[in-house]
Amino acid sequence: MIGRHRHCIALEDFSREEIVEVLDLALSMKEVLRRPLKKVPTLRGKSVVNLFFESSTRTRSSFEIAAKVLSADALNWTATGSSVSKGETLLDTARNLEAMRPDVIVVRHASSGAPAFLARHVKCSVVSAGDGAHEHPSQGLLDCFTIRERLGSLSGRTVAIVGDISHSRVARSDLHALQKLGAKVRVCGPPTMIPQGIERLGAEVFHELEKAVAGADAVVMLRIQHERIGDPLIPGTREYSRLWGLNARKAAEWLKPECLILHPGPINRGVELSSDVADGPRSVILDQVENGVAVRMAILYLLAGAGATTEGAPAEKATA
Amino acid sequence: MGDRPAMNADAIGRAVGRMAREIVERAGRDAGSLAVVGIRRGGVHLAERLRAEIGRAVGTPPPLGTLDIALYRDDLAERGRAPVLGPTDIPFPVQGRTIVLVDDVLYTGRTVRAALDELVDFGRPRRVWLAVLVDRGGRELPIAADFAGATVAAAEGEDVLVRLVEGGAAEDVVVVRRRAP
Amino acid sequence: MSETIFIEGGRVIDPQSGLDGVRTVVIRDGRIAEVGERVERPREARLVDGRGKWVTPGFLDLHVHLREPGQEYKETVQSGARAAVAGGFTAVCAMANTLPPNDNATVTELVLARAAAAGLARVYPVGCVSRGQKGEELAEYGELKAAGCVALSDDGRPVQNPALMRRALEYARVFGLTLAVHEEDPHLAGRWSMNEGPVATRLGLKGYPAQAEEVMVLRDLALADLTGGRLHLQHVSTAGSVRAVREAKRRGLPVTAEATPHHLTLSDEEVARSGYDTDFKMNPPLRGEADVRAVREGLADGTLDCIATDHAPHAVEEKQLEFDAALNGIIGLETAFAACLELVRQGVLSERRLVEAFTGAPARCFGLQGGTLVRGAPADVAVLDPGLEWTCDPAALHSRSRNTPWKGRRLVGRCTHTLVDGRLVHQLGGGR
Repeated sequence: MIGRHRHCIALEDFSREEIVEVLDLALSMKEVLRRPLKKVPTLRGKSVVNLFFESSTRTRSSFEIAAKVLSADALNWTATGSSVSKGETLLDTARNLEAMRPDVIVVRHASSGAPAFLARHVKCSVVSAGDGAHEHPSQGLLDCFTIRERLGSLSGRTVAIVGDISHSRVARSDLHALQKLGAKVRVCGPPTMIPQGIERLGAEVFHELEKAVAGADAVVMLRIQHERIGDPLIPGTREYSRLWGLNARKAAEWLKPECLILHPGPINRGVELSSDVADGPRSVILDQVENGVAVRMAILYLLAGAGATTEGAPAEKATA
Repeated sequence: MGDRPAMNADAIGRAVGRMAREIVERAGRDAGSLAVVGIRRGGVHLAERLRAEIGRAVGTPPPLGTLDIALYRDDLAERGRAPVLGPTDIPFPVQGRTIVLVDDVLYTGRTVRAALDELVDFGRPRRVWLAVLVDRGGRELPIAADFAGATVAAAEGEDVLVRLVEGGAAEDVVVVRRRAP
Repeated sequence: MSETIFIEGGRVIDPQSGLDGVRTVVIRDGRIAEVGERVERPREARLVDGRGKWVTPGFLDLHVHLREPGQEYKETVQSGARAAVAGGFTAVCAMANTLPPNDNATVTELVLARAAAAGLARVYPVGCVSRGQKGEELAEYGELKAAGCVALSDDGRPVQNPALMRRALEYARVFGLTLAVHEEDPHLAGRWSMNEGPVATRLGLKGYPAQAEEVMVLRDLALADLTGGRLHLQHVSTAGSVRAVREAKRRGLPVTAEATPHHLTLSDEEVARSGYDTDFKMNPPLRGEADVRAVREGLADGTLDCIATDHAPHAVEEKQLEFDAALNGIIGLETAFAACLELVRQGVLSERRLVEAFTGAPARCFGLQGGTLVRGAPADVAVLDPGLEWTCDPAALHSRSRNTPWKGRRLVGRCTHTLVDGRLVHQLGGGR
């Protein structure tokens, strides 16, 4: 359990204490990743199923490594499409999977609300690896971890998120988590990419990159999708890059020297980030990848590392 | 409160000193390959003290490490919540060393078993010695202390608690406490 | 069976005839024989005890989807008519988006035949605006009218092409048929799954902005003005639409409009509160608080003439899906009265206005008989207990489908008896 939660689906539902519990635990997990033998027996005999309806090598691998370091069995189930396209409904897939008694299902789906739907119908724990434009909780947590690791604390910090906020689950998860940890969040992008009512979630809206990043302690650059058929939000990536992309000159002129640059990956080099910035001194993008495994280990440990979810486990006193 | 005192500060100080001398003596010419690893949380401060005493005896203090066994516990299936995990830090290569594993109380032996499993995942030590301040018997696994400060008798419904000033106690003391029903 | 029935002791509310008071209603030979204060009851007459209850004209619902022909697994004319009378509705208008759609006499006659066989609520078929509801050519309104259609609608979809809409309004005039329109600009609305706004942003769902309904409303009001055709706006859900209708009526345009029980009582917050529950997903979607307020005011001041449920049954496997994959629609016949009675309790509507919105007003919108208890009228009567508490159990409803947002909720107000042509076709607790 993470606090009172049996599932890890939306950071909007997590309290500050629950988030801090995961981040503190992730610190210890990171130490395990630095050992000569990167394996601990903690989740031995437990199974983690990666149910990915959207293809994703990085997030899926990250969860897989996290499970394996903890000695859990990791199974990958790549399903394409949704209930509508062909084959099984989401519900049937979940029920079939559950018959195999997994301890945790990690699910990524194009429909917002799909992990919540799943959680209502299965007995094991559900971890969302991203649902539609709703949330990507482990990404939100690892972004907070990364910033906190470098800057010490998020309280009073200013973080700017730049890109297609309206379609970004990373932006929403970051927004919720950062605020709960005491940071001020700015979102920046062309008006077409800023969703209605985002201010009600506590974000300050900017349309000019220079103003958005002025004085920021960290900047999260989001990937811009090249094409959005039928509903173009920008004329193209060229203009987007000129106005909202970060290159070395803008970074030098507009960013604080200690400002961190994050990106959830994969990077569209030359569009939202130029190569020299992505690989430059402010970038913590590779830290994010390492921290992602640690954070996911923490999540799996909290949700599967105890007998609470299995039936009929005998209660025994702790022994020295 | 009903705490029965079992060792006072003097006795604890003498015990730690004696153990340190015994360790150095047994190590002999290999004293340079000693390393002290405290098992969290009870063994951490004791490990620091032992390390300091060994250091006084041989000239330089041996390397010090800390081990949290939460990830290696054998009773996870029976617990309601995942146990809180603290930091593990082994800042030296384990290979070929004589590791002195330190804990405050040796009881069932399960903690030590977990610590051994975790320690060998860091590398292959030459040998591992177990040093505990209190041996209270009640073993559930074939584990024995190589160095023990004292033997304290305690019944099944009782806890043996070691309180040290580094941990905030007014003075060092070992007490036996009846567990609430 | 035309027995003589006496409904005694009930509060008769019949806004059409200006009546609101305790009266005895006498039904003989399938018609209202008398509505009086002290009428002696002969021994052989059947008694319906109306004490503590309302006695009103049977309700009319201008907007239901009975799914027959073609999707009988969701609902049939028979099961829909049964659900209707359980909710106090003695007449419903069956939308044309069946499979095949009702753009010809054969489908119209099928619906009427099924309704007659069921012998429950009256079912008035509604024909398509365009052939096959494709939005390209006009359907044959003359044939449809002759076969028994009372109005025209492509509901389910908007009529996208304004030129076609213009011709439809003009052509329908000669047959005296009203065009009941579903207003949704598909380009602006996009591939939505809920109302666009802060809730959609929080939930990460694609939103349908209120203005996508409003632009079509404004367009069709302009076309009604141009053509003199009769326009009825279905399921009005936004403040902007209400404003447009109010302004049009002020100018004297003969337009009518309806609101659904859910748009009158639920907002888009329910989608969040319920955790993406698809029983809160329909078209048009539940809107923001300001829109709900405007729709309530619109019903209260007569801008929106009547209440219509947009009863839209769907099977479990069509709703128990990811939110954006689930079909739009909820059932509503059996919960409409209780849901809308809340508005009276909250002081939004008077009891009289509520009854009018269920009876006389819808009848006027489509030019239908009924909606009144005047002497000589067919005895379509509803007896409702406004204080009866009940819990909505979807499995216990008469509809074949279970997709209701009121599932599990404690409701107050329920129909206890329904008569059509003087026959008791529904009695609460009376089985059937």
